[in-house]
Amino acid sequence: MRYSGLRLFAEALRGHRGWKPLWRDPEPQKEYDFVIVGGGHGMATAYYLAKTFGKARIAVLDKGWIGGGNIGRNTTIIRSNYLLPGNEPFYELSMKLWEGLEQEFNFNAMVSQRGIINLIHTDGQRDTYRRRGNAMLLAGADAQLLTADEVRERAPFLNFDNPRFPIKGGLMQERAGTARHDAVVWGYARGADMAGVDIIQNCEVTGFEVENGRVTGVETTRGRIGAKTVGVAVAGNSGRVMAMAGMRLPIESHVLQAFVSEGLKPTIPGVITFGAGHFYISQSDKGGLVFGGDIDGYNSYAQRGNLPTVEDVAEGGMALMPMIGRARLLRSWGGIMDMSMDGSPIIDATGIEGLYLNAGWCYGGFKATPASGYCFAHLLATGRPHEKAKAMRLDRFARGYVIDERGAGAQPNLH
Amino acid sequence: MLIPHPLLGLRDAQEFTYLGDASLLNRPDPAEGEAAFCDYVFLRDNPAGVHRELWYHEQGDRSWLVVTRDTVTHEILGAELARDVKGAGA
Ligand SMILES: Cc1cc2nc3c(=O)[nH]c(=O)nc-3n(C[C@H](O)[C@H](O)[C@H](O)COP(=O)(O)OP(=O)(O)OC[C@H]3O[C@@H](n4cnc5c(N)ncnc54)[C@H](O)[C@@H]3O)c2cc1C
Repeated sequence: MRYSGLRLFAEALRGHRGWKPLWRDPEPQKEYDFVIVGGGHGMATAYYLAKTFGKARIAVLDKGWIGGGNIGRNTTIIRSNYLLPGNEPFYELSMKLWEGLEQEFNFNAMVSQRGIINLIHTDGQRDTYRRRGNAMLLAGADAQLLTADEVRERAPFLNFDNPRFPIKGGLMQERAGTARHDAVVWGYARGADMAGVDIIQNCEVTGFEVENGRVTGVETTRGRIGAKTVGVAVAGNSGRVMAMAGMRLPIESHVLQAFVSEGLKPTIPGVITFGAGHFYISQSDKGGLVFGGDIDGYNSYAQRGNLPTVEDVAEGGMALMPMIGRARLLRSWGGIMDMSMDGSPIIDATGIEGLYLNAGWCYGGFKATPASGYCFAHLLATGRPHEKAKAMRLDRFARGYVIDERGAGAQPNLH
Repeated sequence: MLIPHPLLGLRDAQEFTYLGDASLLNRPDPAEGEAAFCDYVFLRDNPAGVHRELWYHEQGDRSWLVVTRDTVTHEILGAELARDVKGAGA
């Protein structure tokens, strides 16, 4: 079923009784050519594998429901404002894919390019942001340095004269913005399903079957499923899942929290990040202020954080925009991050033939969903890394080619 | 989270900074070569469940602790002075 304005109109006249479920709910088959574990980036992977790379006999397995992982828990910011050559071209590919995504999969993902501003408080910070902006321009992205007055025009409510962190300007990416997170995965799921992909929910992978160094299938809570190629994209669960294949990863799992206020009239013009105060904010189309800060900072698989971080985020918010103190908090929640040792992701083959890994997205993998899916599908289909993801190798740590945006070293809770 | 400091009693985890897996106490011998160091620096077990980890009492007595904690529930199961753990051959 294709969606269109006409269709919506016709359904409205019929009391919306003609809409169908977005995807089938099939029983798993005995064997597939491609089994993708994890229905976040994994769903995008299956979509491109079927649609772009023309592959068939594909299944996506998820231990929960589609959208129950981080893809439905994030603060929905999409941007391509990275510095390093291993990252920036990849994220710009993702940005370009976002720009065409809704037409591509015929689903309203509410992609909204409302812009992002990273605030500047010191001369040193202005220099580093100028450098970053130039790196973005070199990779074909857009970037613009704003003066304090230009920031004020867009966001007059900010506290410009905070004695500790006065606002001196900002780095702006106009094309950045937000998207409706669960609609993104639903759109990919619907598109993948229409292309013949089996989406199997409530199906936890509990082991890998490996013969003579080659993967031949997976064990799951819904029985054994044979597979020629297995792609694992399980975000915060990467360590625990790859341990079943005997691998240790350069990854620690950490919890990140996020918050949403009651619905308010439009006030926040786009995304604003206050790095110095560990705080960032945007406003959803429903009106809720969506904001967050740092990860809690200790290993966790709990999908919920602790109060000190809540306090820290609230303090950051009050310092940046005192008016936020009048808004009531509606909800807060947590998700498990696959924090890598250099803060950058991994899209690569493993030591086991036919077994591939997509992991290490830290707190920033939502924006990567289209490019991650595309590049992982490329790797699964051709056995070769995609041009834009060729730095995201698993052996980069041993080779000394880490992609460390923050310059923090092998300390995941600092990235 | 409250950490049962062996010398100071229950202390708020906020007084500490977190380093990571307590296996960082076991730095390999230089003779073991580059691969051993690469594993030591970059690879982690990252278990879902009981985890032994290094916390530094920065806002307190500046001691390093090995805290045993469940990463699924955040329950803290015990704490020892890192120097005692190290002295006992980790
Ligand atoms: C609070 C918060 C805010 C964030 N904000 C942003 C943001 O603003 N911008 C941004 O770019 N990124 C953001 N992120 C990060 C982003 O959400 C993640 O990096 C990204 O979604 C991870 O990739 P994924 O979609 O594949 O993960 P997931 O959606 O978590 O997919 C992994 C799936 O694997 C499944 N799985 C796990 N183990 C198994 C198993 N054994 N068998 C079968 N299935 C399994 C899980 O059920 C899950 O559905 C945020 C994250 C959080 C938690």
